[in-house]
Amino acid sequence: MFVQKKRKLVNYAKWGYIFILPFFASFFIFSFIPLVDTIRYSFYEYFRSGIKEIGPNFIGMKNYASLLQSDMLKYAGNTLILWVIGFIPQIVIALTLASWFVDVRMKIRCQQFFKVVIYLPNLIMASAFAMLFFTLFSKTGPVNSILMSLGVISEVIDFMRTALGVRSLIGTMNFLMWFGNTTIMLMAAIMGISPDIFEASEIDGCNSVQRFFRITLPLIRPILAYTLITSIIGGLQMFDVPQILTNGQGNPDRTSMTLIMFLNSHLRSKNYGMAGALSVYLFIVSGILCFIVYKMTNDNDPDGSKAAARANKKRGGR
Amino acid sequence: MKRRLISVLLAATVVAGTLAGCGGGSDAGSADQGTAPPPAASNGGSEDAGSDAATAGGEEGKVINIYSFNDELRTRITAVYPAIEHTSDDGTVSTLNDGTEIHWIINPNQDGVYQDKLDEALLNQADAAADDKVDLFAAELDYIVKYTDADIDVAMPLADLGINPDSDLSDQFAFTKTVASDANGVQRASTWQVCPGVLVYRRDIAKDVFGTDDPVEIGKKTADWATMKTTAEELKAKGYYAFSSYADTFRTYGNNIAGPWGEAGSTTIKVDQKVLDWVNDSKEWMDAGYFDPTVTGQWTSDWFTAMSSSAKVFAFLFPAWGIDTQMVPNWDGEEGVWAATNAPLPYNWGGTYLVAATGTDNPGHVKDIIMALTGSQDNLTKVAKEYTEFTNAQSVMDAAASNDEFNSAFLGSQNPYGYFADSLSSIKMAPLSAYDQGCVELIQNAFDDYLQGQIDYDTAKANFETAIMERYPEITEIQWP
Repeated sequence: MFVQKKRKLVNYAKWGYIFILPFFASFFIFSFIPLVDTIRYSFYEYFRSGIKEIGPNFIGMKNYASLLQSDMLKYAGNTLILWVIGFIPQIVIALTLASWFVDVRMKIRCQQFFKVVIYLPNLIMASAFAMLFFTLFSKTGPVNSILMSLGVISEVIDFMRTALGVRSLIGTMNFLMWFGNTTIMLMAAIMGISPDIFEASEIDGCNSVQRFFRITLPLIRPILAYTLITSIIGGLQMFDVPQILTNGQGNPDRTSMTLIMFLNSHLRSKNYGMAGALSVYLFIVSGILCFIVYKMTNDNDPDGSKAAARANKKRGGR
Repeated sequence: MKRRLISVLLAATVVAGTLAGCGGGSDAGSADQGTAPPPAASNGGSEDAGSDAATAGGEEGKVINIYSFNDELRTRITAVYPAIEHTSDDGTVSTLNDGTEIHWIINPNQDGVYQDKLDEALLNQADAAADDKVDLFAAELDYIVKYTDADIDVAMPLADLGINPDSDLSDQFAFTKTVASDANGVQRASTWQVCPGVLVYRRDIAKDVFGTDDPVEIGKKTADWATMKTTAEELKAKGYYAFSSYADTFRTYGNNIAGPWGEAGSTTIKVDQKVLDWVNDSKEWMDAGYFDPTVTGQWTSDWFTAMSSSAKVFAFLFPAWGIDTQMVPNWDGEEGVWAATNAPLPYNWGGTYLVAATGTDNPGHVKDIIMALTGSQDNLTKVAKEYTEFTNAQSVMDAAASNDEFNSAFLGSQNPYGYFADSLSSIKMAPLSAYDQGCVELIQNAFDDYLQGQIDYDTAKANFETAIMERYPEITEIQWP
């Protein structure tokens, strides 16, 4: 046992497993079991009427079918619209800011200060941020009174009661909250590109627009993909901002009701069956979206040679 | 080096994202601070050990847990229950002279938070340690049926506590005993307040527009909805609004419905014609400009602003509790500017009922508290005088209308009890159901979009149907009149 030679075979790998064990144990108990339960209950009728519990009674796919008949797709559309109007300005501004901050020639002063400032909105709790906007843009709020006294508008605008108003407010809030975070991530990605490449391109007479589109953008694609994936998943789970802003109603006419708000309104009656089925739908959708984005951005055939080879083979050329 | 920086940043953003996600998920709070609930009290928590043994011998537990949705109940009980020695500064714990502690567990009504917490506690009642059991809870008229159901049996019949409703609570108004009873007629709850609504108006505006602030004269102008409309037109001509918004008038219609929203065992919700009358009248009034356009509903900051001296709103429709808990704190001018008169339609709005939870380990104390607050004429007189409440004691209230001691300084030394009593005598109590709260809330939400001109009438109806079926999954059909 204690022969010198044997010592080399001591297996340190077990320590690795021991160190990651706490994560897997807590994941199993607090995430995996509830996850499986959610899927299981999605096949049951299980809710509370008053404080009487109804079920769980097995009803097969009925929850899924009745969800398809409900306005679920409309809420999915709402969620998508709200996500897009937040994400497009977010990614554009973040890319611009990131390439400016990183550009050695711009020599932006107080960079550190600006980085902190653009990140700050992310530190505010989403609900507090929504409350703030609710107050700012209310009928008697400061935005309306400033616009009135400047003479820009003659009548008070009721932002909370038009679909356009509420949706743009939600989009603006999501943009403000997340563009700083994205900027910092993209900056890190751009800084990871070797300066040699930029230098070489400049010697070749490349202008800044070309440099951005031909060098920076293709090289930060993995991080862009990561941003897109996390943003899509975050967008699917959009809840707190519209919930607080519209008091859980998704007003007006349910045009700002997101999927998770829909889920939440089922949980008001502790309808675990229906909510579970909705969660499963969401799970599938986010799975598909992630797969598409992953395929799209992790192109393993950058110059098209493999596709050409496949096409050639198909034609019968050997 | 740079790559390491990236990975550190990535790791940090992932962690930050996860944390942000956690933070986001947990705050499904309410946007409007409705009845301005006090800071929520800590949940029961663990108490000194060894009390289980004490209860085993038929003795009372050391902790009385009282669930409530605002501090109204606490102030009323503290005012009348002599055993309370002192209450902690944060209002969460009161100590009785025999060493027993009352723990006040307060959760706001908004977004159903109060009922969620209460339901959880009641469902765990059987397994909870003696000191964590719910002993007494408050229930509003909108949802009392949910708790007094005999099958669920979470509310103790008063008789089991040793209270005989017929003799001990004989001075209570009959309908308050009826609504607090289950389907078999067993009374399971008791209240100290009765809530006939009146119209509370600004004397200064009345003088400006009508040349008088006499409640009798003004009462003639608010006698019914048709007269009220003429009055609203006169107010509008002088730049005032009759009411703050259509949410204010809802209760006069909604609490006068002929049949219940839903019946036990039925999966149909029936919308009453009265509710649609409210929609149509509100549309008409709204288009005519009789409501303050800056007010978006009740329990919002603009609604509270409409009660202040800078507002142009002539009147509010409130029962006694509304004057004390909503108008007094939001009025910033001199005392005595408001006055009460008859509402266009008599109605009853709300009422907090005391319910003893089945399984309580403090039945003796609970009985004492219920009797002190709802069964003692002396205490009900005291509450009426101190808080201008219309209390649940017929003989006291009959005498109050002609007794100057019951005059209200806030109402310019007017004695409003005559108007309360008049309103009460003509009320036909709206039939209750377990769906009242959801229906009242959701129908107003659905038709708000219609009244604001965002959607048409049929879309509003469809939205109500969708919302009600989400809230109550067992509902399969909505019947319109």
